[in-house]
Amino acid sequence: MQAEISLAIILIVVLVADLVLKEPNHRALQTLSCGLLIVQMVLNIVPTSGEAFGGMYHSTPMASVVKTILTMGTLLVFMQADTWLSRKDTRFKAGEFYLLTLSTLLGMYYMVSAGNFLLFYVGLELASIPMACLVAFDKFRHHSAEAGAKFILNAMFSSGLMLYGLSLIYGTCGTMYFDDIVTIISGTPLQIMAMVFFFAGLGFKISLVPFHMWTPDTYQGAPTAVSAYLSVISKGAAAFALMSILLKVFAPMVASWEVMLGIVIVITITIANIFALLQKDLKRFMAYSSISQAGYIMLAVMGASAQGMASLVYYVVVYIVANLAVFGVINTIEQNNDGTVDRDSYNGLYKTNPKLTFVMTLALFSLAGIPPFAGFFSKFFVFASAFHGGHWLVVFLALVNTIISLFYYLLIVKAMYITPNDNPLPTFKSSALTRASLFICLLGVILLGICSSVYQVLTNTALL
Amino acid sequence: MNILSLFVLVPLLMLLGLWIARNVNQVRGVMVAGSSILLVLAAYLTVSYIGLRNGGATDEMLFTDSITWYAPLNIAYSVGVDGISVVMLLLSSIIVFTGTFASWKLKPMTKEYFLWFTLLSTGVFGFFISTDLFTMFMFYEVALIPMYLLIGVWGSGKKEYAAMKLTLMLMGGSAFLLIGILGIYYGSGAETMNILEIVNKHIPTEYQRLFFPLVFLGFGVLGALFPFHTWSPDGHASAPTAVSMLHAGVLMKLGGYGCFRVAMYLMPTGAAIWGDFFLVLTTISVVYGAFSAVVQTDLKYINAYSSVSHCGLVLFALLMMTRVSATGAILQMLSHGLMTALFFALIGMIYGRTHTRDIRQLSGLMKIMPFLAVGYVIAGLANLGLPGLSGFIAEMTVFVGSFQNPDLFHRVCTIVATMSIVITAVYILRVVGKILYGTCKNPEHLKLTDATWDERLAVICLIVAVAGLGLAPYWVSHVISGSVEPIISQLIH
Repeated sequence: MQAEISLAIILIVVLVADLVLKEPNHRALQTLSCGLLIVQMVLNIVPTSGEAFGGMYHSTPMASVVKTILTMGTLLVFMQADTWLSRKDTRFKAGEFYLLTLSTLLGMYYMVSAGNFLLFYVGLELASIPMACLVAFDKFRHHSAEAGAKFILNAMFSSGLMLYGLSLIYGTCGTMYFDDIVTIISGTPLQIMAMVFFFAGLGFKISLVPFHMWTPDTYQGAPTAVSAYLSVISKGAAAFALMSILLKVFAPMVASWEVMLGIVIVITITIANIFALLQKDLKRFMAYSSISQAGYIMLAVMGASAQGMASLVYYVVVYIVANLAVFGVINTIEQNNDGTVDRDSYNGLYKTNPKLTFVMTLALFSLAGIPPFAGFFSKFFVFASAFHGGHWLVVFLALVNTIISLFYYLLIVKAMYITPNDNPLPTFKSSALTRASLFICLLGVILLGICSSVYQVLTNTALL
Repeated sequence: MNILSLFVLVPLLMLLGLWIARNVNQVRGVMVAGSSILLVLAAYLTVSYIGLRNGGATDEMLFTDSITWYAPLNIAYSVGVDGISVVMLLLSSIIVFTGTFASWKLKPMTKEYFLWFTLLSTGVFGFFISTDLFTMFMFYEVALIPMYLLIGVWGSGKKEYAAMKLTLMLMGGSAFLLIGILGIYYGSGAETMNILEIVNKHIPTEYQRLFFPLVFLGFGVLGALFPFHTWSPDGHASAPTAVSMLHAGVLMKLGGYGCFRVAMYLMPTGAAIWGDFFLVLTTISVVYGAFSAVVQTDLKYINAYSSVSHCGLVLFALLMMTRVSATGAILQMLSHGLMTALFFALIGMIYGRTHTRDIRQLSGLMKIMPFLAVGYVIAGLANLGLPGLSGFIAEMTVFVGSFQNPDLFHRVCTIVATMSIVITAVYILRVVGKILYGTCKNPEHLKLTDATWDERLAVICLIVAVAGLGLAPYWVSHVISGSVEPIISQLIH
């Protein structure tokens, strides 16, 4: 419970500070929330486990590690939101950004350490509803408002589906506690239906095909920092929650959900890759890219083992640093160049902004799974765990898809290095915090793979 | 510290040095120092390897070392060399050394160019020293991706198309490879990734039947196996000189080496099942590549198709599965690596002067640039197998070894493949006659100058190596055949 309590305290401190500090207070709030998040990470660095509310809340060491990882990602997002929140039209509501983001984070904390479907659902809603406000944060920009509406409607629809699934579970099992359900559930048709509805509900959050329709519009319309947050933190938390529930609660039905998951993974990766090929807008492009990455994350679930769990979390960590590096570059370029997110405007970027180009290239290589960057290792581990589960055909199809993804990631590299352009974007200097966050991401991209200790720690924790 | 780790460490230090280098001279300094150290290291390794073998060392691999890396998946950084890897390391260091001089005056972005070039070399060296499947695969991919930027940024002609095609096809191959590696790992009981330990375990026949073709194809794409060779002509034609040298000279050898060391060594039953099928493909590679080279008009395309033919011969000889033919295959890798690097270096130098590679627009170069022209003739003669140069030794061993396989089907394939020798003579002599001899018809070309010192250095190094291998082949073939033995005996039983 300690992590949740301290995060709630942070939330209140930021709220009070926002009320007390005189405007413009965006700098002070940023320093405060970043500092507090660091404190939060330090306080919870040691994985703990615990129960509360009679088993409603049940935290495992792995969930504790995931929370730390999510906090780290949120911290990076806060650092990258720097320039955007200093703008005249956003600085007066900077406090709201931090508050809303922190409350979604709190929701995800509950999601990953729920021991009962009710608490899980409450956590999920806490993670979704403030998110809609964040997506519509630039409310006077038409796209942002539209994205917010799309997001909230889809989120509600998926919550409805999930609730229906949960009610079927309650109807057939007579309990909402994970530990009790697993002893009762046996895979009757009604329970399979419940599982499918539950899966569909979380599928929206992770944006698996065919539940992905909201993703491109939302990512494109939302402020870039929020898109980044959605693409890594929200997705990572949902993926972990889905895996732990599939393994914990639906374990007796593994034969039914493995087939479904395998099909969904292959379709997700393939469709997302094909659509990503056509995108010119980089935020929209990253939306499809993140759908495809979600498919790879789910591959780890196919292994249905502790090693698969470790691979999933490891994949999420690597994905957080690599994706946030890409979003960080997109964000700083957007903020410093009148909101340009078009791929063509990146032509010849290497000549004027070599360092940003370098960060972007390595991050894209990592996303594409090229060694020696971390993405190669994380991909290998999810493939290995799925293969271990005997699903070599799914692994094979996913591998073939990496070629398509390599193609579209290389298109950006090509634009930056190769395509000639007489008027590339002018040279500019990003804010100090953005640069710091990009540096951290870069370190992660390079070191997470070569240093095996992270994966080792995760494996040990997963076996606890 | 293990001497083999230096082959990875030195390029990494070179990367660091290039990173902090401030101007072109410092970049060149780092490159020359680093590549010379690598050359000396490789020579020292060869000498000490031969010394150890003569001293009675019977282990399959020498200089072995292993550091656990990812314990949950039994991944380790394991290194070790046998005769095959030793000569491959020697070849790579020669090509990297001469490649540095062949791109001495390259512009623009010299520093970035050498950064990617060195990263590529790191991958190549790492691949040849690794005995761990995962580490090997990682280095393999490290060697592939820099090609995209090297061709895309510094190439010529249809460079963007060629770079993308090459990268995607090779990465497609490595996707096959990855699933094959997982198949080998889990098929052998998921206890170790080390090749030397997996070979003692039994991989079930159904696994071998399924995963042998995947691994063989995966490496075969890089070895220009028909019909997956199409990246090679476009890629080589568009790449800058030193990249063509490194790619045709060394990178394509990764394919043959991997087919032998991973696919055939670890899955002998799979090799027996699929051998004939792949033999047909390689025979087609050999003959088709040679015929294609005859009709090309671009110097680099001619050489690229010739590489398809010669690399096809490597896989062909490996699939013949006799001791002599496998030795010949490794000799052919070595010989082809040296002479094709020489070829690409010379073509790059000629192109740098005349700005055309079209043989219809070139003539009488012998009088204008005698040094380059003589080098070209030597490379050509080595290519068509003149005794005294490396090509003869390699092809002779390959064909003699292939004929030792008494099976009728293998005999027929051997006879068909032998035809390529004649076709090689046709396309080599045609080019030599057309561009070097006769009178120069283009008055612009009369003003051109002969090779500069850095170019001469690169060319002479390679010619010495080609002639050295041709004149004194015994020590090399002795080193190789000793190490081929365990793999072949695995295949025969």
